[in-house]
Amino acid sequence: MAEIAAVIASTHHPFYYRASTSTGPARPPFADEWVSKIERFRETLTMAEPDVLVMVGSDHFHQLWLDNMPQFLVGKAPWFDANFYNEEREFGLPRMKLRGQEDLAAHILRDGLDRDFDLAFSNELRIDHSVTCPIITLRPQADLPIVPVYTNIFAPPLPQPRRFVALGKALREIVESWDSDKRVAIIGTGHLSLELGGPRQFGEHGPDPEFDRKAVDWIASGDLQGCLAEVTLDSLHAPGNATHGFMDFMLMMGVAGDGCKADYVDSLDLFHTMEAYFTWYPNGDPNR
Amino acid sequence: MSRYLLDKFLFTVDRDPELVERYREDPAGTVEWWEAQRANVILNCVDAEKSTWLEFTDAERRALTAHDHVALFEMGAHPFLTLTLFIAMFERDHGPLEYQIAYGRAMKHLTLPYPDIAT
Repeated sequence: MAEIAAVIASTHHPFYYRASTSTGPARPPFADEWVSKIERFRETLTMAEPDVLVMVGSDHFHQLWLDNMPQFLVGKAPWFDANFYNEEREFGLPRMKLRGQEDLAAHILRDGLDRDFDLAFSNELRIDHSVTCPIITLRPQADLPIVPVYTNIFAPPLPQPRRFVALGKALREIVESWDSDKRVAIIGTGHLSLELGGPRQFGEHGPDPEFDRKAVDWIASGDLQGCLAEVTLDSLHAPGNATHGFMDFMLMMGVAGDGCKADYVDSLDLFHTMEAYFTWYPNGDPNR
Repeated sequence: MSRYLLDKFLFTVDRDPELVERYREDPAGTVEWWEAQRANVILNCVDAEKSTWLEFTDAERRALTAHDHVALFEMGAHPFLTLTLFIAMFERDHGPLEYQIAYGRAMKHLTLPYPDIAT
């Protein structure tokens, strides 16, 4: 059976690519610290020696649209072109092309449906920065096949937080039941407190540092019960109008397991939002 | 109230470089053309199989024509769509982050709960 090489949860900051590649006066003052944190975080994936990446993210109204909006969707295709004109325009992101792992995608779909997750699928999916940002930060050579799993954190009505957690738990078991000798890393990205297009956007910090502190604690300590007791679809409006992206972190807490402490935790307070990085090694830390 | 149609306008303009420029330069003409020609096109269907019932209210037409992002927010247009498109149109006229900060400041009078964005 396949082995889980690593479980990784991260914020996805579309400005990282531009900040990390800019030089001279265009290079922001926080770029060097950010790059060194990302390089340490990247090492946690490199050491796990994965063969395949399951990538949990969310389309930001690029391909998926309100006339036909899936709640959870698995990409099953031999290739995924990536990034869109408006991401090139606003964030300077490059066009990318990633190989797909169709056997694992088919297994996730079949087994997921059989576990009562009515997963949608796409055989031609152009993926966006929720998946390409972690490729850029964690695996910039973009050499491993992926299975994208998209969640709807964006277009209400949204699934309940507990469904994200349940899907994460199921995804872990599904990947572990894949008849393969491959090492799979499950990587998911979301947000801490975030405001987009509202009065609290682009502040000195994320819109709710207190929420961010609690969120990092929940994730780092694997405190799913504490997190589920406080987080509801309604409560997530308070820290910032785009904070429902935190539910992708909750999905990853489900993958990592109830009560499982992260083996690697880091964060970086930036203008506009807080960055946070977590790695779990379910089968033992390759460092030890 | 047609939040869906507001979002559809923002979505279809934002993904098309020519339309972004056209909406920046001629908002009234673009909104009028889009409502007449594009509002009822189902994005995954051929044009002949379009809808027959989608139209803006007067207030929605006015907000789009005035490039009034505050009014769009108050109507429940999806804030991500509005922000992305407006950055594409107007960030170029300002210094780094100046436009984004002013965009938020223009909404300082708004408090929670924000308008519903469900469609």
